[in-house]
Formats: sequence, structure tokens, C-alpha cells
Amino acid sequence: MEIFGGNKTFDFMGKSKIFISISIVFILISYALLATKGLNYGLDFKGGTLVQVKYDKKAPLKKIRKVITADKLFKNATITYFGSPNEVIIRFTTSSTSVKEDMGDKVRKLLKGTGNYEIRRVDIVGPKVGGELREKGLMAAILSILAILVYVAFRFEWRFAVASVLALVHDVSIALGAVSLFQVDVNLDTLAAILTIMGYSLNDTIIVFDRIREGIHDTKKYNLFEVINDSISKTLSRTTLTSLTTFFVVLTLYLFGGEIIVGFSFTLLIGIIVGTYSSIFVASPLLKWLGFDIEEFKRRIAQKQKEKAEKEKMRAMYERGTI
Amino acid sequence: MHKSRWNYRIVIFIFTMIVGLVLSLPSFIPSMKGPKIQLGLDLQGGLHMLLGVDTKEAIKSKYKSIASSIKYFSDDNDIIIDSLRAKADGVTFVLLDNTEEKKIDKMIKKIPGIVINKKRDKDSIVYKITMTKKEIKATKEYAIKQAVDTIRNRLDQFGLSEPTVARQGKEKILVELPGIKTQAEEQRARELIAKAAHLQLMAVDEKRADQVYTLSKDEAASYGDVILKSARDDKQKYLVKEVPILDGSMLTDAKVGFDQMNQPVINFSLNSEGAKIFGDFTAKSVGKHLAIVLDNKVYSAPVIRERIGGGSGQISGGFTVQEAHDVAIALRSGALLAPVKLLEKRSIGPSLGADSIKASMIALVSGFILVVLFMIIYYGYAGVIADIALIVNLFIIVAVMALFGATLTLPGMAGIVLTVGMAVDANVIINERIRELLREGKNVSIAIEKGYSNAMSAILDANITTLIAAVVLYAYGTGPIKGFAVTMSIGILASMLTAILGTHGVYQSLMPTIERAKKLKIWFGIKVK
Repeated sequence: MEIFGGNKTFDFMGKSKIFISISIVFILISYALLATKGLNYGLDFKGGTLVQVKYDKKAPLKKIRKVITADKLFKNATITYFGSPNEVIIRFTTSSTSVKEDMGDKVRKLLKGTGNYEIRRVDIVGPKVGGELREKGLMAAILSILAILVYVAFRFEWRFAVASVLALVHDVSIALGAVSLFQVDVNLDTLAAILTIMGYSLNDTIIVFDRIREGIHDTKKYNLFEVINDSISKTLSRTTLTSLTTFFVVLTLYLFGGEIIVGFSFTLLIGIIVGTYSSIFVASPLLKWLGFDIEEFKRRIAQKQKEKAEKEKMRAMYERGTI
Repeated sequence: MHKSRWNYRIVIFIFTMIVGLVLSLPSFIPSMKGPKIQLGLDLQGGLHMLLGVDTKEAIKSKYKSIASSIKYFSDDNDIIIDSLRAKADGVTFVLLDNTEEKKIDKMIKKIPGIVINKKRDKDSIVYKITMTKKEIKATKEYAIKQAVDTIRNRLDQFGLSEPTVARQGKEKILVELPGIKTQAEEQRARELIAKAAHLQLMAVDEKRADQVYTLSKDEAASYGDVILKSARDDKQKYLVKEVPILDGSMLTDAKVGFDQMNQPVINFSLNSEGAKIFGDFTAKSVGKHLAIVLDNKVYSAPVIRERIGGGSGQISGGFTVQEAHDVAIALRSGALLAPVKLLEKRSIGPSLGADSIKASMIALVSGFILVVLFMIIYYGYAGVIADIALIVNLFIIVAVMALFGATLTLPGMAGIVLTVGMAVDANVIINERIRELLREGKNVSIAIEKGYSNAMSAILDANITTLIAAVVLYAYGTGPIKGFAVTMSIGILASMLTAILGTHGVYQSLMPTIERAKKLKIWFGIKVK
């Protein structure tokens, strides 16, 4: 089976302005969303308490709300169904520091008389821990971007590195925009999803860049547009195929993986779509826009090879004892 | 030309396949012995807590014990001091007779790590004793270490399976209890952890004992007293001297026993120093009351009838047998120098963990089937070979995790699911390269060899960048992120072995068959001239 025929070359660069414009619009919308709606930080980053309760039949939501909010401590509690109508999640923004008796125990006492239930999960995160987790997460993201930037610059050229990181920022921005739009709870697992998107997006971009590098070496062409079009076309079926398999797998995770990892898989789904788009339509045109020049690149490679050859010559002479 | 079916690649691949299979089997078959993958708390249920240590309290209690020894020394040598106070920022007292200055200075200077500050009046001297910065730091550090050891000790004696107590960062303690199954167990474990187990023997202020219900806290403090509640009856109060005669640090043992009424009590014994102080005090205070105070509650305040030697005592106060048992554990493992507070808690019921396993297994299996079928439909036999590599990859992930005792968490499961999607990537890249060369009209054996070498740089660069991201995630991530990073990294590394080396070996051994094949479509899914 084949998707994109044999050796067809598509003109991606000719339409790059359209693709980049689409991207810019999406990024602007995402930033607007982040500025207005913002991110819905969950328990992990904001601190607070979450209690998950499962009843043996349909959970009496109204009754639960009544008994919980009657207590002054839990006035602002939100109570929602979770996954099934038998299960509810009670959330509030306060936490307690006593090890002996915590907020979970208090909720347990209040719930007495609302039916047959089992408390399946109690999460309490103090405000200080929440802040620390947020800092650490941000640190992880920034550090991995930097490390990757250095690696790509070392393996390719700085413009490749900058272009791939810009594509990555593009993907993360739009994914965050979607997270904001659908008000997905931002927890540690959402952060893990964002970091995975970064890795994934880079992966895709690098495969294309690798082809461009190869194309520059192999052809006599000095037209960057042609080399890029050729490289993207040649990697197109791989990009689509891998994206499809990953997408399907994450989709099954989203559909069957259970309510707890819905935030993770949702973020990842968006990220895969955007990441595929950016590595086909966004990353490579950026190379041109950053002023990448084939002739210069080739000259530099030739120079490097010359230096290497000279060094080897010197070494050979040295070993023969002529110096 | 005769080509051997065996090459080093296929040998390594078959070897890893067997090792992976053998080492991962114990994790799938519960009854089998061998290294098993450990399930995280989110999958098997249990209690995870992050505790903070209130180190300020440790400083305060250190000042208190300095005050205790000053009091003991001055009483012992008939030096008259007044207004002895231990506060969070130091110990203060007034030496009424300044001719005794040298004597008391000599004693105080024996206490390590302190600074003495004096203010002179006519005949009296106001002392203020503070710890040096270094000593404060060391005290805090010790308090944290001691809390970790004490909590570990208590949980070990409590009899739960595999409790983890570890220091995290500077001032935090991680406690993980996978064995907790019921709410009652959780409650008991938490109480045991939080119990300060701070035993104090204190003198009742006989002069003002009858004013206990009328004095305010501050008024009591002005006399150097504190008001404590009774353990049995919240309304009953005692007025005791703030500086204790001795505390639980001199305790050597605590055991559950029964008194004449067959009520559970705790018998404790003191070390020789404690026994001497206790003996001296009781000899001097016959007819007065001695309050036995545990965690700021008075358990009993009997009248001292005679000097008590031997250094043993009893705490009675209407415990249940279980309570007495837990208190004895706590006393034996030592007091917490500083109270612990809850920073983070995650408690997961076993049924929720089971549900999570079920859900992620369904996702894993269905995602896996989808990918496997997709590869076969798209590539034909080449897809089958990639699928074999994928299956081996999964076994290796499980085997490596079991071997290194890594913990599988829910995000870790997600990482495995994701690996399934991404591990075939290498084979997709390779197969696309082979197809390209076949389209160019290359001979199939050349196409395969060149396909692998052409694809290599892209695969390596892509895998290394993902690996870099995973390593950073592991280093800086917490909890769920770490689990995710672990399975991702193992998956990537394993895929290099299976998807690159393994499949290459398979092609090489099948080469004679492939070369003889009339139609390559069934092998690579494309028509070739």
C-alpha cells in the first residue's frame, strides 16, 4: 500500500506564506485564549484537596453538594461527576497541614448518610508544594529545549536549531491554546504531555531536516526551495504514517485509558496534529526565512573537509617523521 | 553464492528476545518466582505523603533542654536564679547573686555551640543564651535526619509491608506505604507518624495550683508556668513549671503492661543520667505532685511519696490496648524533635488502582493491535518484521523494569503506550528508504543494506533528541513525570536494539528467500519493475 504515490514532489515552499499565515493566526488565537481564559491549573500546581468518591448506585449529587457546602471550610467546593454517574469528585482550594486528621477525613465525616460509598482517592497538595512543582516543571521544559537546541546546532547548523525550536514553540503554543479553550485541568501529567509534544515535534522536524542536509550534499542544485520541496515530499509518507500510528494509539488512550489520564491524552492528541503540521509546513520555510544559504553551507562543509584532510596530512607527515 | 542464515545481528536479536521473554515472564505470571515489575501506588493503591519538618520547633526544644540543665545545675549547687525562660530565640534568666557568676559561667560554657550575653544590674546579671548560627543549622539538620529515622523506625515496627521513608530535598520527607488497604489502617499509620511522643516529667506549681482555672496563658507564662490539659478529661487542667525536670531523650525503653485493674499501661525506664536526675528531684519533692506529660497532655499527676530510684516509671491514662501499643512504639523509636506537617498526600484505594490498570491495559492492547495491523496492511512482510521487533521491544521494557526494580505508574503505562506508536517509527523510516531504492530499480539486497545505512543518521538524531528530553524530564520531573520518562527512555533504547539491529538481522537471514521471491509486493508493499 502507498499513500503519496512514488516519486511525486509537492510544492510546499510555493505556498509557504499561506501555511505560515495559518500558523500565525492559530498562535495568535492561542495567546489570546491564554491571556483571557488562561490555564485551568489543577490540584498539582495550585494546591488544594480532591476527593474521589464512588457510590454503589447513581451518586446523589445534590445531596452531596448540600452536606459538603454546609461546612464553612468547604463553601467553595465544586462537585462534579467523574467518568460515570456513580462517581463524583469533590474539589476545594484549601488544604491542611495536619498529618493526623486531614481534609479527606473531614469530608468522609460529612458524607455519612449520603448512601453507600467508597472513597477511592484523596489528593492533598499544599500551596508551597504546588508552587515548587510548577517551578520544577517549567525548569524541566526550559532545560530540555536548551539541551536539544545545543544538540541540533552541533549536528546541523544554528539555523536548523533555531527553526526546529521555533516549530516547537509553535506546537506547544497551539497545544496550550487548546488546553485553555477546553479548560482542561493542567496537572503534572499535562506537563508531561507538553514535554512529550516537544520531543515528538522535534523528532518529526529532525527527520525532515536530515533529508534536507542529505539533499544539499547529494545534489548539484543550489535552489533551496527545490531541495526543501524534494526532502519534505520524500519524507511525507513517513511523517504521515508515524503520525497516524501514534495518533491512533493516543486516541485509544484517550477513549479507553480512563478518566484520570484524559487530560494527558487530550493534550497529546492536539500536539500530534499540530506537530505533524509544523514539521511539514512550518519548520522548513523558517530555514529560508532565517537566511539559510546553500552555497554558504556547502562552502563551509568543503572548508571543514579541507581542514580535516590537512590535519590528516600533517599527522601522516608527522608519523613518517618528515616534520 | 551461499549466504549463511546466521549473522551477528540475528544472533543478538534472538538472544535479547529470549532474555527479554524469560525476565519479563515473572511479571505476567503472579505465581512465578523471579524479578517482578513493581506497581506504583497509583496502580496498586496505598498512601503517599510528603511531610515537612517544622525545624523551628526543634530549636525551641533544644533551648528548653538547655534551660532544664541550667535549672538542674543551679538547684543542685544552691545558686539562686530567677525568671528562667526558654523561648524560640534563646534562654533567659536572672542571676540574683553576682558572686556566683564564675561558677555558673563555667557550667554554661560546657554546653557546645552557644553564645552568652550578659546585662549587668547592681547585684544581678541578666543572662541571654543563644545558639550560634552553625549550631542552629546543625540542630535543624539533625532534627530532619532524626525525623526520617524515627518515622522509619515506627513504621517498621508497625508491621506494614515495604514502607518507604526517604528524605527528599532539604527539609522534606517522603513516606510511601503501599500496604495500606483500608481507611482505618491509613488513619492509624498517620497517627503513628504524627505522634510527637514527647514525654516530659514536670513539676506541678504547688503555690498557684488552685489558680489554674483563673489564670490566663500569659499570666501563667509570667510565672514560668504553662497550663496543660488532662489526657482523660479536656476540662481538667494542670499548672506545671514550663521547664521540665527531664524529657524523653533519657528514655531507654517503653513496654506495654497492665496495672492492678488490668488496664493497659506503659512502663518506661530511664538511662543512668535520667535516673539520677529523677531520683534527686523526687527526694527533694516528697509530698509534691509530679505530672507525667505526653505530647502536652497530662496523663497523671501523682503525689511523690518517697525518693524514686532505679529510673523507671509508668504512664497510665485509660489507653486501649492498641493505643498503648502504638504509644510504646512511638516512645521506643524516640520523640520527634520537631513536629511534622503534611505538605502533600495522595491516597489511592486499591479498587481505583485496579480500574486504572484495566483501563490502560485496554488502551495498550487495542492501540497495539491497531498499529500491528496497520503495519502489515501497509508494508506486507516488512510490516510483520517490524511488528515482531515491536513485540520484543515491549518484553524488553518489562524485563528491564523488573530487573532494575523500577516502578510502573499510570503515566509510565502511558509512556509504554506511546512507545508502541513511536517504536515503529524507525522501521517506517527504514522501509520508506528501502522502497525508495527499489523504485529507483536497485537490486533488493542492495536496497535493504543501503536503506538501513541511509536511514541511520535520521533515526539516531531523532532518538537522541527524544532521549535528551526524557533524561531532563527524569532529572527535573517529580512523581508521575519521572515514571513516564523512565518507560520512554527504556522504550527508545530498546527500540534501537529491536527496530534497527534486530530487523536488519532478520532481513539478512531471510535474504536468500527474498532474492528468490518473484513478487516483491508481498515483501515491501509496492510494485517494482
